[in-house]
This record gives sequence, C-alpha cells and structure tokens, in this order.
Amino acid sequence: MSFINYMAREINCKIVYYGPGLCGKTTNLQYIYERTNPDAKGKMISLATETERTLFFDFLPLSLGEIRGFKTRFHLYTVPGQVFYDASRKLILKGVDGVIFVADSQMERLEANQESVENLRTNLAEQGYSLEKVPYVIQYNKRDLPNVVSVEELRALINPMTVPDFEANARSGVGVFDTLKAVSRLVLNELRRGG
Amino acid sequence: MVNPQMVMYEEEFNQIQTVVDRLVREANAKVVFIVDKNGQLIAASGEVDNIDTTSLASLTAGNIAATGGIAKLLRENEFATQFHEGEKANIHIQLVGNRVILVVIFDSKSSLGLVRLRVRKASDELNRIFEALLSKVQEPGGDSPFAEITDEDIDNLFND
Repeated sequence: MSFINYMAREINCKIVYYGPGLCGKTTNLQYIYERTNPDAKGKMISLATETERTLFFDFLPLSLGEIRGFKTRFHLYTVPGQVFYDASRKLILKGVDGVIFVADSQMERLEANQESVENLRTNLAEQGYSLEKVPYVIQYNKRDLPNVVSVEELRALINPMTVPDFEANARSGVGVFDTLKAVSRLVLNELRRGG
Repeated sequence: MVNPQMVMYEEEFNQIQTVVDRLVREANAKVVFIVDKNGQLIAASGEVDNIDTTSLASLTAGNIAATGGIAKLLRENEFATQFHEGEKANIHIQLVGNRVILVVIFDSKSSLGLVRLRVRKASDELNRIFEALLSKVQEPGGDSPFAEITDEDIDNLFND
C-alpha cells in the first residue's frame, strides 16, 4: 500500500525481497546501498543474528527522483529466509507494494526455492493479496557458481506466470539494479491504475 | 487490496502537526513522531534534526508488528502501549486507532506519568483526524495525480 503525501509531495512505496535462506536478499540490498549516491539513500538497517543471518528484516530507504512534482521514495525490505522465521516474514509483507523473489540458482537449492515461492503465495494470501495481482519479479541469483540449474529449468519451476525475470550475481552486482527497476516500474504502473 | 490507499492532504497534515507540536510542549518531550503501521513517517516534531526519523519509523513499525504478532498468539487483540526505559532517553509507543503509531521520546525533564496523560488526550484527537481522513480518501472522484503519468515519466526516473 503506497502512501501519497500531498503535503510533502511524496509517494512512498514498499518493496519486499523474498526467497529461501542464503539466496542473497541482503546482498542485493548491500549492493544497492554501496552503489547509490549518498543523497538518494538513507541508512541501511540490518536486524541480524550474531552470525549475520537476517533475524527480522533489512531496511533501506531510497529516493528515485521526481514524477510529476512528486518525490518517489522506495522502502526496500528483506525477509528472513530461514524456514522457522515464518511469523516474521508474514509481518514484513504487510502493506507491500511490490515483491522481488530472489531464487538461489544452485542445484541443491531447487526445492528450497519452490517451497519459498509457495510460502510467499500463502503469506500474501493471508494478508489479502494474491501473487497474481501484486507487482512481482523474479531474480535468478548466483549465476556465477558452477553447479547452477539452467534458467529454462528454473523458469519452468518457479516462474509459471512468466513475470519479468533476471539473471544475477548479487555479490558483483550483475542484475541487481535491473531487478529493482523492473519491480519499481510495475509498482508505478499500478499506482497509475490507482491501485 | 485489504487496506485503502494511505493519502495525506494539507488540511489533515496541518491538524496532525498541530497535535504533535503541542504534545512536544505539553509532555516536555524531546521528539514526537507519527508513523503508519507500514513504517512510513507521517509527521514529526521536536529535536528531529539529530535523529534519523526514517530509520526510527521503520523500526518502530517493525516493533509494533512483532508485538502485534505476539498478541495474536496470546489471543489478545493488541498491546496498544509500549514503554522502553533507557539511561538517558525513554520511548513511549502508542498504537492509535489500530492504524498509526504515536511515538514520544523523552528524558529526565519529563516523566512517564505526564507522557501517558498527554498521549491519551492526543490519541483521541489523532483518532478523530485519521477517521475523517480515511473517509475522505474513500470518497469516489478523487483524481490520483498519477493517473496521467506516462511510460516516459517512469523511464526518466531510471535514466541516471
């Protein structure tokens, strides 16, 4: 649910990075944080465990620029990917405007990706959203690793709706901004339709 | 969508700002701010220059969301009030009308009793303002300024 502030002439939108544990959600945010002009970003917050696993969420506020005299601000959140943090994941999806699903391309994580997409679908439904309607893109991450599944196979398994999808290597930044731009575009389009 | 679009107009914003400014004075607070449950900052007053209000807004909303989750597990409706006491700063967090969060940060110049008292009064006023705002937003015919945006407008955002 975006927030339109006529007084401050701002629109605020919430983007959530979803996906299985260790798929690279936090790495996406870190890369965006490192590569963004200081005027356009706020502080990045990570609520993580001592071993740097996301415990509750990461948060990064970004300013994209102006549209029709309104400043567009995107609040990026990640969810904790580990299965047992499901209660926290549900909370972070509240009020979401767009979702990026980060898939781990490695062979051994194939099942974890599928479970996580199903979990996303269930948790969105609990908040009254449907995965078919919410602005949604997919990122196939870790393409640089040797043991990856082909994009065609990943697509068949986790992208049956053929939403926009991107190959990425979040650590080096490949595909990170393309994914973010794609979902931002969908969110703004939704706003145009009055969603 | 489950939640109606959150919109803020100048008239209601000024009313909210008046309540928040007054609360800073009457509660002897350092900072008062209002956040919606999704973590968007709505208004702030007091010594806000030294404070990262965007981060605070997001964390407060996360905090309220987590506490709400605990309440649900205990079959409670909500825990509407939270108080955290630090060595120098204290923070009082109040859920208003189950929609927005009123946060008061204060030090030894004030007291929990005073803050509670003033927050109660301010909550009632804020509740009325947000109810009115909500019904205004749901009225049909309000043109979205974004109905007219073009693909080019969107492309321009990503040009750098």
